Amino acid sequence: MLILTIARLTVLEMLRRRLFLVLLGLTLLVIAFTSWGFGQITTVGTRPMTRVEQIAVVSQLLVLVGFMFSFTLAFSAVFAGAPSLSGDVESGTALAILARPISRAEFVIGKWLGVVTTIFLYAIPTTALQLFMVDRIVQYVPPHPIEFIAFISAEAMVSLTLALALSTRLAGMVGGVIALILWGVAWIGGIVGSVGLALQNTTAQHVGTATRLLLPTDGMWRGAIWALEPEGIVAAARAAGPAAAGNPFFAADPPEALYIAWVVAWIALGLGIAIWSFTQREI
Amino acid sequence: MTDGPAIATHGLAKRYGNLVALAGLTMTIPRGSVFGFLGPNGAGKTTAVKLLLGLARPSGGSAEVLGQPIGERRSRRRVGYLPELFRYQPWMSAREVLALHCRLADIDRAAWAREIDDALAVVGLSDRANSRVGTFSKGMQQRLGLGVALLGDPEVVLLDEPTSALDPVGRHDVREIIRTLRDRGMTVFLNSHLLSEVEQVCDRVAIVDHGKVIAEGTLDELLGADTVRVRVTDLTREARQELAAFGAVADEGEWLVIRGMKNERLPDLVAQIVRAGGRVYAVEPAHESLEDRFLSLLGGDR
Repeated sequence: MLILTIARLTVLEMLRRRLFLVLLGLTLLVIAFTSWGFGQITTVGTRPMTRVEQIAVVSQLLVLVGFMFSFTLAFSAVFAGAPSLSGDVESGTALAILARPISRAEFVIGKWLGVVTTIFLYAIPTTALQLFMVDRIVQYVPPHPIEFIAFISAEAMVSLTLALALSTRLAGMVGGVIALILWGVAWIGGIVGSVGLALQNTTAQHVGTATRLLLPTDGMWRGAIWALEPEGIVAAARAAGPAAAGNPFFAADPPEALYIAWVVAWIALGLGIAIWSFTQREI
Repeated sequence: MTDGPAIATHGLAKRYGNLVALAGLTMTIPRGSVFGFLGPNGAGKTTAVKLLLGLARPSGGSAEVLGQPIGERRSRRRVGYLPELFRYQPWMSAREVLALHCRLADIDRAAWAREIDDALAVVGLSDRANSRVGTFSKGMQQRLGLGVALLGDPEVVLLDEPTSALDPVGRHDVREIIRTLRDRGMTVFLNSHLLSEVEQVCDRVAIVDHGKVIAEGTLDELLGADTVRVRVTDLTREARQELAAFGAVADEGEWLVIRGMKNERLPDLVAQIVRAGGRVYAVEPAHESLEDRFLSLLGGDR
């Protein structure tokens, strides 16, 4: 019950912040702009595009727009998570709350749940709107729209959990910068793994696997890409052999069930570490 | 409600690395009393409060609040707290902050409206109930913090420097509130370095310095020893020395200063001087203030 109280407090606090409204406004602007842009892709030179060509172009541009969402969500999750605990401790607002009969675990879980809810409140409507607008304008729906939203939301949850765990000990700015750097390292590590696959270099492949296990943000992003790739592109890439795997904006297969289970376990473990760390600290 | 003390500590200690913030605090605070925890800045007062609320972990010793070991959730059920570093959600209204704490304190939902209105009225914020806390002055935020601490009729209220941001009127109001709380049977733990504040409202006082209690007792016990100045002539050296039975005698020419003497013994003192042939011109009993006592204790400790 107290978890929900803290979660509700966190959601209300974030919704009342100007940052959320600015982010939402900018996202709607980007959706409007990209939707207009998709409507302009109708010709190759002077001749009209075929439907196959249009789908090929639109689907790949949608992957890039998807990356923007992934990037924005990861940043938002980090900026929301990194000061969530440390900010309350530094400002003193945590003193009055934690002096109540509430456990540190309830406080941390409530904060996490509140930020996750806010991220969902942002991610689900905006990504759904983006996909809806593309469908309305060019009559194209990616093959797995629900999975796309689920994967980039999961990526944000991983970023958030990392930032929250850092927030138990580090100031918001420090934790945020570290989380963002790690997110970037994981992304590059994933690319190194893909290049390794293309070049059949086992060391590079191992680097990719290790980073995707240590910080599964890139693994979830790969899932989101897969969800956006139409069958034709996947078939063409498969025909092209392992070289296609080198494209950082392409994924032919969804993450394995075992990997998804690992991501769930990673989030649970990260939250567990955050609870343990916050329980040990002095306020 | 159990019958034990409101707060009991047994060798409660806190170290931060090599720094000793609290060195074996042992004290018992009876229920229904206003207990002043007095000390200079950095003496360990806030550390003690944080330990009692489980916000920090003791390095040694133990303590109970309302019979429950500190650090456990149960020990915070019937406790109100105004932190020294008071800050409440600036984006909420005063009413919303109080509602949040009603929820956190597990107060019956049906009682919220009354609890909130009462708290706002007691701290004088009824007319700003729906204003955002971010627009409040520091003094108003401290009043709100006091209102938060009083929600749910707690048995123990811990107030850490509750008047630090208040003007003289606000300080007077807080003293009145503390007296009302005592009349309602609450135990108030008042952390303060404002001696006059403590002197005016506290039943018992502990003076802490460098993490140690250097004096504890009721105000009468602490201030029982007074100073008397007597202007006297014709008193022999031997007769002056015999006055040591009344207290510490300091010879300042025509004036004798006797410290540490109960006022009730004043007639006996004068009688003995006259019997010894002394001629008394003036007798000036001086009640030792808490400030005098505080400074002499700290001076002795240093």
